[in-house]
Amino acid sequence: MEQAIFYFFSAVLIFAAGMVITARNPVHAVLFLVLAFFTSAALWLLLEAEFLAIVLVLVYVGAVMVLFLFVVMMLDINLAPLREGFARYLPVGVLVLALVVLEMVLVVGPRLFGAEAVTVPARQAAEYSNTETLGELLYTVYVYPFEVASVILLVAIVAAIALTLRRRPGTLKQEVGRQVAANRGERVRLVRMAAERSKR
Amino acid sequence: MIPLSNYLVVGAVLFGLSMAGIVLNRKNIIVLLMCVELMLLAVNTNFIAFSRYLGDTAGQVFVFFILTVAAAEAAIGLAILVVLFRNRRTINVEDLDELKG
Repeated sequence: MEQAIFYFFSAVLIFAAGMVITARNPVHAVLFLVLAFFTSAALWLLLEAEFLAIVLVLVYVGAVMVLFLFVVMMLDINLAPLREGFARYLPVGVLVLALVVLEMVLVVGPRLFGAEAVTVPARQAAEYSNTETLGELLYTVYVYPFEVASVILLVAIVAAIALTLRRRPGTLKQEVGRQVAANRGERVRLVRMAAERSKR
Repeated sequence: MIPLSNYLVVGAVLFGLSMAGIVLNRKNIIVLLMCVELMLLAVNTNFIAFSRYLGDTAGQVFVFFILTVAAAEAAIGLAILVVLFRNRRTINVEDLDELKG
């Protein structure tokens, strides 16, 4: 049963990856990438990495892939020139694929990492919590890298906003610096004048 | 019982497919970025497989950090892409020769 699940999800994953690189329409490619992420989340569940599987679906499918989809749909791309050369490079691509897979399978194949070489560990007990284990490790041993990761995310936010922020001339906007720097003399003018008396 | 090599072979095939995708779609930056994401996914699968079969949770922590960096990379890459398209009206890699490298 476990093997059937593994082979099913692996087949879907490889099919989806193949469609990502060969799809004619980038929107379809993004959707197949979403399928690839979903199926590999299932594979990660099979590997008992429950927290990361859920994070992959929430963060990757929920945020990053939606960002991709948003950009692909927002840009008005002429697809024809981007596709030319596909057939010309197809033999090279297939050759690269065959060589990379062959070499890596020779290294990581059943000979060195098969069931005899690396024993398959037993399933964790039902009360085992992957999130708890990961959290304990993350907030004790790896707390410094964790902080660095948050800084990286902050830099990414600032960079993405600074890159895409566009100032159009002629639009009205607040200048907070000038507002804060303003003092009383610029805004209020006291006028001395004689008091008027209404006539009856 | 699934041996470790099965997961590693799946990761290798995924890595090879994304590498072939970079060769095939060398004109379209969006597909290139997506191939890089697939490559990172293959690497993450390997990390998690090793983490389980060697009984060391540190591999999962590493995947956590890779996911963080990949999200940042995707955000900045797409921001650059949007600015590029706004200025040049194209995302064809061959037209991006302003730097005269």
